[in-house]
Order: sequence, then structure tokens, then C-alpha cells
Amino acid sequence: MQEKHLLGLEHYPAEDIVSIIDTAFSFREVLDRPIKKVPSLQGKTIVNLFFENSTRTRISFELAQKRLSADTVNFSASSSSLKKGESFKDTVQNIEAMKIDAVVMRHPDPGASLHLTKYVDAVVINAGDGTHEHPTQAILDMTSLQERFGKVKGLRIGIIGDIMYSRVARSNIYGLKKLGAEVILCGPTTLIPPHIDSLGVRVTHDLDEVLDWADAINVLRIQLERMDRGLFPSVREYRNLFGITSERLKKHKKEIVIMHPGPMNRGIEIDSSVADGKEAIILDQVLNGVASRMAILYLLLGGKPENN
Amino acid sequence: MNLKKLPKKLVLQGGTILDPLSGRSKKGNVVIERNKIKSVGSTGGAKGETKIDCSGLVITHGFCDVHVHFREPGREDKETLQTGSRAALAGGFTRVCVMPNTSPPLDTPESIRFIVEKAEECPVHIHPIGAVTKGQKGQELTEVQGIISEGAVALSDDGLPISDAQVMRLALEYTSMFDKPVINHAEDECLRNNGLMHEGEISTRLGLAGNPSLAEAIMIQRDLELANMIQAKLHVPHVSSAGGAANIRRMKKLNPNITAEVTPHHLFFNDQALLEYNTNFKVAPPIRTEDDRKELIKAVKDGTFDCIATDHAPHTIDEKEATFESAPFGMIGLESCFGAVNKVLDMPLKELLKLLTVNPRRVMGFEEDLFKIGCAAELTILDPAQEWIYKEQNIYSKSRNTPFIGEKLKGKVRYTISKGTIADLN
Repeated sequence: MQEKHLLGLEHYPAEDIVSIIDTAFSFREVLDRPIKKVPSLQGKTIVNLFFENSTRTRISFELAQKRLSADTVNFSASSSSLKKGESFKDTVQNIEAMKIDAVVMRHPDPGASLHLTKYVDAVVINAGDGTHEHPTQAILDMTSLQERFGKVKGLRIGIIGDIMYSRVARSNIYGLKKLGAEVILCGPTTLIPPHIDSLGVRVTHDLDEVLDWADAINVLRIQLERMDRGLFPSVREYRNLFGITSERLKKHKKEIVIMHPGPMNRGIEIDSSVADGKEAIILDQVLNGVASRMAILYLLLGGKPENN
Repeated sequence: MNLKKLPKKLVLQGGTILDPLSGRSKKGNVVIERNKIKSVGSTGGAKGETKIDCSGLVITHGFCDVHVHFREPGREDKETLQTGSRAALAGGFTRVCVMPNTSPPLDTPESIRFIVEKAEECPVHIHPIGAVTKGQKGQELTEVQGIISEGAVALSDDGLPISDAQVMRLALEYTSMFDKPVINHAEDECLRNNGLMHEGEISTRLGLAGNPSLAEAIMIQRDLELANMIQAKLHVPHVSSAGGAANIRRMKKLNPNITAEVTPHHLFFNDQALLEYNTNFKVAPPIRTEDDRKELIKAVKDGTFDCIATDHAPHTIDEKEATFESAPFGMIGLESCFGAVNKVLDMPLKELLKLLTVNPRRVMGFEEDLFKIGCAAELTILDPAQEWIYKEQNIYSKSRNTPFIGEKLKGKVRYTISKGTIADLN
């Protein structure tokens, strides 16, 4: 691997993303065994540092670490209970002093994982830094696309919803573009950030256009607190414009693969009939999340890539 | 930096004496006796006098900065009037105006008196700026007459924009009775939207909340319209956007009482510099695009901006070592100012020096003719051609928060003479 850390995909080498995805498929095979554990990271110590709440990402990382036989320690703190800034540095330096090999961190502030690399020698893996990046989510999404389509190159992917505040969207854009997919973004004008087209993506506000065009769509969670700030007027209107419903999908002849990074607001950005339907690969994403994170940890902590 | 009391008689020998007021320069000596200008332009020199060899150097007015934060009272861990004075001397400044966003804020005549009295012991001239509204809350006017009579030179709620247009109108009207400028941190707080950096391509990439240029341009225009209606003195601080500069350029034609400043950092950097989340680039208003930067430079050259002001804003290392989101806004700037603007503006020296001497003095109503015989000596001696790398050891502020560290600058202050003290920066 060319980079010591995994902080984001914007500057991450494409060939290393490919190596991670290839290795993830090897670990997928491990996860299908009766005994789902390999000794690859025996003796390595990993700290999961969660300054922001997370259920699925934290469990996914922890499982990945346990499947690789690493020793893990969990630290979670709501950002409000720590005085921001100073104690962040103190906290991480204290943890570093306990001799660890890697830190998996989620933090509410953009750039926090890059910031962390200034204070620790350990390998840093970004599990989400504010509205900046969530690279492991994007890698598991691409692993899932690869599994479903046999390739990522040339795929047409729509990302639907709140792009402005989405780290998932940013990492997906960078990763998908690197691997040769086409990306279109679709959401309310108020939730599309300025100059996003500079990342080489198209923007539309017409969901039907996306559904006609795309091979797969990644449906983002809509945060209801955005409504309080006037970024969209009501759940009803959001659903009318951008909700993925069975009725809407039926209007389009082509089958389209449905993804969602979770947690879902059923009945708002996505209907249950779609989320649980045959075109949804949402639970495959979850399983691929464990395999992809195993691959990331394994490769960043000294393992060699495997080719399928 | 070596600080010494001025000898009874000092001859600054054989320099280029550049008077930014007249725009003329000549070779010769400046003689200071009992801290006052004794003669300007004589040649030769007698034996037994204390001399400084100024050959190859420029002798000019001491610089004046109308916008600094010395954090006293309340945050003496960041800066004090004394440490700020040393930073000023290191940058060639002999006179500064301190902003009132201290703790408590300078919003009463008594607090202004506190600064004026403490400033007496300092080696540079320090003038307080009083708050416009009580507690800088943007609601009720302070005792403007009392604040001015104790020595405030202007009024500002610096850092906190006066959002209520009616309060701003009243502030301009009331203050116009005393012929002092009002300075409003011009940002529309709603449109600013808690932005942490300039809203644009870079903020989108970094996932940082953006502060659009229009948040500044709109507020500047509001203030300019109000000032124009009243024909009041308005000074627009630290303009960061092309739109803001254009509004000032246009409205200056209607109201001769408008003045404006620009900072070295807005002239020197663009928002690409933030790509690594370096908190030393976190300032308010934010560092904007290369296009904005070029327009600001143009606005300096066409006279839209009257002066350069550093907005010297010290913060502790601990505070700036936080994540970008939680770090405070501001950078220090006194020590690096001349080398930075002289490099980036590439202007005739006599024009540049006006922006650091005569013009800011005119904004605040200070004496403009510093080569007048009998005038208390406030002089700066500099080498405009010297190229140097700005290093941490060049900082005399109590704080270190500046992205200029490591930058190559052009032009260096060699001596600063102020209030009977000579600072030797060699």
C-alpha cells in the first residue's frame, strides 16, 4: 500500500482501492466459513475511537478486527462530554502512549482524521470525519457493486439526497470516479454544495432522469433536522420529489440496483417495499462492510494484497 | 530584537529619507535630540555623536496599524499591551489601535481609561477603540461621548457584526457628532451561516461549512448606504472579497468619509492554502479565492483601500491545535506585515508606505507629518530589498499562530524608533 493511513479517497491511489476490494472478496469467503476467524492480525492492537455515535460502523469495524484476531479497545465519547480541541489532543496522545498499532476514528469535525495523524504514529483509519469523508463506506459500496455487476468501471451510479452534508457522497464520488464509473447527483438545490461539479459529476434535480439512466442508485439518509433549518419544507414534499417508492420505480422499465448506507428512514427517502425488495443490496453492503474493513486493516497493518 | 533607550542625541546617518506625506525622498541624515526630530536631510557628521549607519536603508515614518487585538484585559495568556508592543516594534509599527473585544469588552469610559493608562508604559503608542454597543451585543449604544473623551479613537463591535440596521444607523448618526469613524465587522450573520472558510470549491471538498463572499459584500453595501445617507465616517475593516471592494470603490465617489482597510493575509494567500485544514488560515472574514485576492490587490493600487491593517489576532497554541471546526478565528500579523505586503503588492515604495503610515493616521486623525522639526520621533528604518524567510524566532508576540512561518518575504524592518525607545532588529 502506498499510503500509511486511510483518511479519504480524494487522494488515495486507485490501484490500492482495487487491491482492497480484491482482498475483501478473499475475506468474504472467510465470513462464509463455520469458523469465521483468521490469525492475520494476531498481536496487533487497534483502538476504536468514536467521538460521535455510531452503531453499524463501530460494530462492523469491531467484528472485522475480531475476525482478524487483533486486540481491540473501544473508546466512545459524545463530543459534548469532551471539551473540544485541547482534550482531543490529550486523549489521543494518552491512547497512543499505550502502544497501539492503529486507530479507527469517527469524529464530528471535518479534517479530524488528518489532524490525528499529527499526534500519533499509529495507522489512522477514518471512520467518518464530519461532512468530509467516509472512505470505508465508499469502499464497501464499491465492493458491493463489484460483487453485483462484476465490475465498477463504466457503471452509471446515481447518488440521491442530501449531498451537502454527506461524507458518504464525497467518498463515493472520489472512489467511483477513480475506478471509472459515471456519477450523477440528485437532490434538492438547497442540499447540493456549491461547485460540486468540479469533482467531475453531473447534478440533476429530476429523480426520473436518474432512474432512467442509472445502473444503481445510492440512497442517502435524509437528516430530519435539516428541515428545521429550512433546507427542505416537509417530509411529504421531500418524499414526493426524491423518495424512492415502488410506484416511482415501476414507471421505469430498467431494473436498477438499490443501495443505502443506513440507517434508513423507511417511508421517507426509501419505501420498505423497495428496501426489502429484490433489487436492494442493502444487507449485502453490511456484510461486505465487514469484509472490506478486514481487507483495509489487514493491508494497512502489513498484509499483502490478494488477487481473485 | 534589542530594545534600548534613545541616547540624548542620535544621528541616523546617510540613509534615503522617504517622506510618505510629500512623496519626496532624499539622501541624508535624520537627527533626533531629546526624543524629538532635530533636523532632516543634513549631511556629514561630527565626531563623538551616537550614529546609526543607514547607508542602503530607508528612513521613513513609523507604521500605524488601525486594527490589532492585544487581548488585555482578560486573555493575557495570548497577548498583553506590553508583548503586543514588542510585536509592533518588530514589524516597524510605532502606533496601533486595539480592538475592544476583550473580556470584559471596552464598552465604558472607565475601560478606555484603563487601556490609556496602561498604554503609557508601553514602547509604542496604543489607542483604544471603544465598543459601539453595550457588551458588544449589537443593541444599545455605549456612552460614546464618554468613551471618546477618555481617548477612544474610533468605535467598533469588532468581530461581532452589528446585524440590526437600525442600530447601525443610530451608531453612525450619534458618533458623527464627535467626528470619529465607526468600524463594523461587515458580515451578514444569517448568510454567513456559521461558515468556517470561504464558500467555494475548496469548502465543498473539505466538507467545511462555507461563508459566501456575498455575506460580506451585502453587509458592506448596507453600511455604505447608511453612511452615505448620513454622510458619516465609516471605516470598513479587513475586506476579503472582490464584491466588497467593488462596493467600496463605487460608494467612495458619493461619500468622502468612507475609508477601508485590507490585511496582508487576504492579499497574500488564497483558499487553496486551507487544503490541509491548517487552523492558522482560519480567519474571519475568510481567505477567499485567487480571483478575490487579485481584485484586492487591484483595489489597493487604485486607492479603494486607504490602508493596510494586520488584524493581529493572537491565540494560544492549544487553541489552534484543535480541529479546524473548534479552533478560534485569527492570526497574528504585525511582525510579518511589511515583508509580506512589499513582496505581494510590488508597488513603488513611497506608495506602499502611504498605506502603512500617512493613510491610516488620517483615518484615525493622528498627526501625519512625522518629519516635522520638533515632532516626537516615530520612525522606521528598513531595507526594502532584503529577502528573508520568516521564522518563529522573528515573532515577538506571545502567540505563534501565523501561517507566514516559512514564507519568503521581501523587505525587512531594521530599526524602529518610538516613544524614546529604539528597537534594533539586526
